[in-house]
Amino acid sequence: MKAIVNVFLKNGVLDSQGKAVQHALTGHGFANVTDVRVGKQIIIEMNENNGESAKAKVAQMCEDLLANTVIEDYSIEIQA
Amino acid sequence: MKTTVGIIQFPGTNCEYDAQNAFKTLGCETQILWHKENSIPQGTDLLIVAGGFSYGDYLRSGAIAKMSPIMKAVKEFADNGGKVLGICNGFQVLTECGLLPGALKRNEGLHFISRHHHLKVISKNNPFLNQCNVNDVVNIPIAHHDGNFFIDPQGLSELYANDQVLLKYTDAQGNISNPNGSVDSIAGICNLGKNVFGLMPHPERAMESLLGSEDGRRMLEGFLSA
Repeated sequence: MKAIVNVFLKNGVLDSQGKAVQHALTGHGFANVTDVRVGKQIIIEMNENNGESAKAKVAQMCEDLLANTVIEDYSIEIQA
Repeated sequence: MKTTVGIIQFPGTNCEYDAQNAFKTLGCETQILWHKENSIPQGTDLLIVAGGFSYGDYLRSGAIAKMSPIMKAVKEFADNGGKVLGICNGFQVLTECGLLPGALKRNEGLHFISRHHHLKVISKNNPFLNQCNVNDVVNIPIAHHDGNFFIDPQGLSELYANDQVLLKYTDAQGNISNPNGSVDSIAGICNLGKNVFGLMPHPERAMESLLGSEDGRRMLEGFLSA
């Protein structure tokens, strides 16, 4: 199975990189851009057949390492 | 009796020998401890988690280092009251592994900042800064990309309530001057037990007036008298 993990700064934690990208885009003529957030995507291949079990394990990986939950939120998508 | 200092080295650590030189200069016994070690040598008085770029700062600064074998031993050492100082990347490692509260984000201006910066001593009521005076201004090099200290409002009020805020970034006169966006311009903190310390600036690089400042001496000397 494949797990796709997205990690982003929490709402309320200033995303300086997102703001810089937003500024660059609006300055480049994309005037309708109202917000940009920069995060990271982590793609994990697993020897696992059970989607729920896979998701639980990836959630533990996020808590232990992949995200810093003091400042970041994560989401997990499991693909067969 | 000589103070014995253990200095932790991960792949990518690059301030371990600066730290070793600093503590040797102060008359300490020093030992570099490779991250694959499972234990802290008997008789260690102080552990330094040195600066650098452990694991290339991959994922997040300090994130992969916290998974190293020696960090379990560091936690046990700290839980038993052992003194631990994290400098720069070491501060990041200590927040990542939960020994210190908060987190270090990318600098607000997104630049890597490498220059001398003034710091004001906020608290000396701890084994680290006891040789300094409150409101002392020291001149210490900073060199970081992820030094933007973040903590939520509740965590921040707990830091103040428990006298855990140690240092703030200022100008030479002691007025707040924030280089990286840190909450309340905070440059260094300690844990509730006042035995785990973290700061982004590098006191171990401020040991010789010939090299710009020797203000790091009286900071690190605190550990010798404690």
